[in-house]
Amino acid sequence: MLLRIEDLRVNYGNVEALHSISLEVNDGEIVTILGANGAGKSTTLNAISGLMNITGGSIFFQDTALHKLPAHEIVKLKITQSPEGRRVFTTLTVEENLMLGAFTSTNTKRIANSRAWIYELFPRLEERRKQLSGTLSGGEQQMLAIGRALMANPKILLLDEPSLGLAPILVKSIFDTVREINASGVTVILVEQNAKAALKLAHRGYVMEVGNIVLADSATNLLSNEEVQKAYLGGKGH
Amino acid sequence: MEEFFQQLTNGLAVGGIYALIALGYTMVYGVMKLINFAHGDLFTIGAYLGLTLLLSFGLFDKIGPLAAVGVLAIMVMILVAIIGALLERVAYKPLRRSPRLTAVVSALGASIFFQNTIMAIYSPKFLVYPHDILPKMAVNILGLDVPIIRILMFLTSLALMAALYFFIQKTKIGTAIRAAAIDQGAAKLMGINVDRVIMLVFCIGPALGGAAGLMVGLYYGQVNFSMGWMYGLKAFTAAILGGIGNIPGAMVGGLLLGVIEALGAAYISIAWKDAIAFCVLILILIVRPTGLLGERVAEKV
Repeated sequence: MLLRIEDLRVNYGNVEALHSISLEVNDGEIVTILGANGAGKSTTLNAISGLMNITGGSIFFQDTALHKLPAHEIVKLKITQSPEGRRVFTTLTVEENLMLGAFTSTNTKRIANSRAWIYELFPRLEERRKQLSGTLSGGEQQMLAIGRALMANPKILLLDEPSLGLAPILVKSIFDTVREINASGVTVILVEQNAKAALKLAHRGYVMEVGNIVLADSATNLLSNEEVQKAYLGGKGH
Repeated sequence: MEEFFQQLTNGLAVGGIYALIALGYTMVYGVMKLINFAHGDLFTIGAYLGLTLLLSFGLFDKIGPLAAVGVLAIMVMILVAIIGALLERVAYKPLRRSPRLTAVVSALGASIFFQNTIMAIYSPKFLVYPHDILPKMAVNILGLDVPIIRILMFLTSLALMAALYFFIQKTKIGTAIRAAAIDQGAAKLMGINVDRVIMLVFCIGPALGGAAGLMVGLYYGQVNFSMGWMYGLKAFTAAILGGIGNIPGAMVGGLLLGVIEALGAAYISIAWKDAIAFCVLILILIVRPTGLLGERVAEKV
């Protein structure tokens, strides 16, 4: 097992946002976390990345206790995130953004290889590499956010809402790329509102409601689960 | 016409000082969204430390004036950088998660602490730099006799600014500082140790401010424990003028303010020198609150 979360509790100020959740991710999987707004999906990813105030429970990456580490140490373990809302550095160029993704790496050859791979995955980024990232379209910024997270050669890639605000054709292309990234050996944890697309892509899924995990199953089972269909897939037969 | 150009060179020399101090305000604001009100006092500390080191080592007799000023500047910058890092550790780091106003109050407290400490150590009197240490000759530029110290000050400020600009724009750490100024959370997701970035900013800004203090001591020949207040306010004005948070803005704003002030003092009245600077501040806040080069709307402090 690559990542194991046990009884994790997280607070936002004085309010508990995650009530003792547990989940597991195996090496090479795509695991998706589904749920409505405010269910705690992004909070879970940010807790893994070390950005949250963890009040109880544990997160283990293999044998390393992530819940005790600051965010920048977690990136060094090759767990990176493409955050919700992309959060590219808008007044920096595309290339500067990508190079920041490799901030923890000192091997210039490997950095050059990663960059070449990312430009292969997203040729648009190479065309615009000297442009300020704030001038990119939403889809291109999403590509940049994913590319930036890939620059550190992650073992685990956390993707928060990569389809948010994108045209359907772009969503399909981003999801195809995620499949390609996973095929290259990167384990992916995917948070999505677009439940159908996420379940078609993922091996397993968890469903969250107001800070709890209420369902955990294989993606195929979740796709045919009536409750999931009613709540997240727009009902049966749609 | 000669008067105009003399005032212009004077304005550029003083403007270089404002720019160096303004960089400290603007870099800290950029990364922490905090006005470090103790920054002017770090400038004062630079001026006093320069005087102490100058008197205690007798460098000027041993290695000649130019090399001595260089060595002095490096020592002052290192010492003030350390004090800056300590200030951050003691006054700001414990308040990282507090409301912003708390940190502002802490900044004002640190300023009062510094001023009183300097006064207690050095006495409240004006202290005088030895006046015969730098050559008094003037250099003839295009028919204009410009004191050599003015030229040296201006060139030193420019060199320090150019070095900073290169560091911020071209190096990996510089890019990390810019990233942390845009989005601290996203910077952490890149593996950047934001605490380390903040500490670095609190070394660079005070180092530049300390160098400015030394230059003012050498240029005007006297120092006082409260001198940082007025210089701090002027440099803060310069940072706003250029667009707070914007590094080239602080450079342009500082030079521009120095020139406006010098020309205003010459052609309107010397008594109005400070008033002119603060009229510039009020005007820029009314007409263009984001400053000349700023894009982001200035946030409430």
